[in-house]
Amino acid sequence: MKISKEHEEFRAKVREFAEREIEPKARELDETGQFPFDTVKKLGEMGILGMVVPKEYGGSGHDTLSYTIAVEEVSRVCGSTGITVAAHNSLGIYPIYLFGNEEQKRKHIPDLASGKKLGSFGLTEPDAGSDAAGTKTTAVLDGAHYVINGTKTFITNASVGETFVITAMTDRSKGYKGISSFILEKGVKGFSIGKKENKMGLRGSDTATLVFEDVRLPKENLLGKEGEGFKQFMITLDGGRISIGAMALGIAQGAYDKALNYAKEREQFGQPITSFQAIQWKLADMATQLEAARHLIYHASELKDKGERFIKESAMAKLYASEVGRFVTYQAIQIFGGYGYLSDYPVERYMRDVKLCEIGEGTSEIQRLIIARELLR
Amino acid sequence: MDFEFTEEQRMVKEAAADFSKNSLMPKAQEFDEKEEIPPEVYKELAGLGYLGMLLPEEYGGSNLDFMSYICAMEEFAKPCAALEIALSVHNSLVCDAILMFGTEEQKKKYLPALARGEKIGAYSLTEPGSGTDAGSLRTTAVLQGDHYLVNGTKTFVTNGGIADLFVVFLSTNPELKSKGISCILVEKGTEGFSIGAKEKKMGIKGSDTRELSFADCKIPKENLLGEENKGFKVALSLLNSGRIGVGAQCVGIAQAAFEESLKYSKERVQFGQPICNFQAIGFKLADMATEIDAARLLVYRAAHLKSTGKKCNTEASMAKLFASEVANRVVNEAVQIHGGYGYMKEYPVERYFRDARVTEIYEGTSEAQRMVISRDLLKD
Repeated sequence: MKISKEHEEFRAKVREFAEREIEPKARELDETGQFPFDTVKKLGEMGILGMVVPKEYGGSGHDTLSYTIAVEEVSRVCGSTGITVAAHNSLGIYPIYLFGNEEQKRKHIPDLASGKKLGSFGLTEPDAGSDAAGTKTTAVLDGAHYVINGTKTFITNASVGETFVITAMTDRSKGYKGISSFILEKGVKGFSIGKKENKMGLRGSDTATLVFEDVRLPKENLLGKEGEGFKQFMITLDGGRISIGAMALGIAQGAYDKALNYAKEREQFGQPITSFQAIQWKLADMATQLEAARHLIYHASELKDKGERFIKESAMAKLYASEVGRFVTYQAIQIFGGYGYLSDYPVERYMRDVKLCEIGEGTSEIQRLIIARELLR
Repeated sequence: MDFEFTEEQRMVKEAAADFSKNSLMPKAQEFDEKEEIPPEVYKELAGLGYLGMLLPEEYGGSNLDFMSYICAMEEFAKPCAALEIALSVHNSLVCDAILMFGTEEQKKKYLPALARGEKIGAYSLTEPGSGTDAGSLRTTAVLQGDHYLVNGTKTFVTNGGIADLFVVFLSTNPELKSKGISCILVEKGTEGFSIGAKEKKMGIKGSDTRELSFADCKIPKENLLGEENKGFKVALSLLNSGRIGVGAQCVGIAQAAFEESLKYSKERVQFGQPICNFQAIGFKLADMATEIDAARLLVYRAAHLKSTGKKCNTEASMAKLFASEVANRVVNEAVQIHGGYGYMKEYPVERYFRDARVTEIYEGTSEAQRMVISRDLLKD
């Protein structure tokens, strides 16, 4: 797929960093689950943690396609680092940029964009998954404060994040139109982080629960107006979907690259296994699907930058790329044979990592609902 | 065609299901996290007759017919695929190999101990350079008077770290390729024979997988299993039970994943109703159930043929191929139905997802199965 010279150079730059700095630590990250603070710091210095906001707020001033490429290249060597970057940018920073007032933006964005602080998005709850509007967390206005009570689950960057955008119900009588968003900082009284989740993959990505017990937030922490929360998170997720699609694409590309190399070297029956049609067919299918996924993601990225409606395209991109991610990593393991099942080889980690892309930021089932709605409107 | 189990088969299935539910399910996550099934479990299984299922009573076995054995294996695989493969290797590869090809002396020496669980068996064919191309072995055995001198490396040996007795395939005549392969019994602790570190795997973590090394290892001539240079025949005759055993494992994993999903979909409420009410979920469940049934029937058909002494190479291969693909499709949908929870280790479907993946690889990859089936179809 043809992209500009500048974008190719940017890709090369991120890839070089990823292969040099991130890849050698990826296995250990998966095994220990220790958050890669040093890598994150370096990514901050490169501007990768401020890709969704312009320079005036400390961002790196790149377009969405560049952001997509950055997530793709990081994910290509390490899904855990990829999702950390994606969640921080698309879910942590972006809603503040889109819906915050000038004061909120100036207060929070620069530190997030530099990577000095990590961002996190608290939407999901035990009873509000696909039904994201089933928010039970409450925010009751009490004088100059909102009092927040509730729980959020499966929150990426929960324990390492310092700036949180969370949703809470300010007026239950209005249903989903009674949801509002707030900016919340770590350390506020009553706000605690629950135990870290023990996950199938993305084990170097921090996932935990947020607990709010009579958390008093100044009124100024309201993002936009009361009742705008649902609309805000839907818009936030539209952008986030492109990044998760990019993450899945990156992981899949990494798995494919490894499988291709292995297939050329591995000999059985006196010849490289690439001599066999079965293996050639797998590689052809993998490469074709990767190309198609890439086109969908880059197209959605371009529409977003042009300011055009991209809800359907981002849902399609995320849906398709995540399913391609599963297919490609699965076949990559198959090409490696028994070695593909051993943790000594990265492909089994890739398969565990990419599975989340079919679930987080809207399951594939939700993507299909969104696409169908767009088709039928 | 009679699709009903015999009374004995039904009883064996129920007993295994009970044991699985009460003794295995509560600990299966721990076995996965600790990457170990403790010896007490094997002792308990031995006491109940599960370590000599296919052996005649004269050797201390339970003398089950192959179909009953498969019924039990399917039930063990449900909570713990790792245990099922350990039992499959011990019962249908090691015990059966010695029963079919051993001398009376070898049978008396090893079978009762295997049946009692005093010795666990492991089976070793694969090498770094010999995976799907199983006939190209490089581990050599040179006859030197009263012993063979063995040199080489074997990989991916299930039960490698817990076994006392190893059924090992090696080359006694490299020039003859597959016609120069022999099978030999190796006991743990033999000088020159070492067992590598436990492999770290994606799944079936409770199953102990190792590399074996032979460095000028002397194995007594008496340990030859079957005839010299006729070892490939031993391997081939065991393929069917190995494949059907994995087929049963796949059906068990898939069934367990399906049952969890069915249960979860009835309990999980979103958008004001249990998610099983949504067509997308209902249809997933329908597809899962249909495919599991089809896989089960293929496995039972192959088991029945073997049970009644009929040829079943193609049927065993088809059963393994199809059941492994079904298992992987089903566990994927199971995780999907559980949403975020399916990605968390507290929920068993997370483990089933990782466990299922190996079934398209070992005991002959899906590609190898397709080679077997297509060759059979194209035979005159």
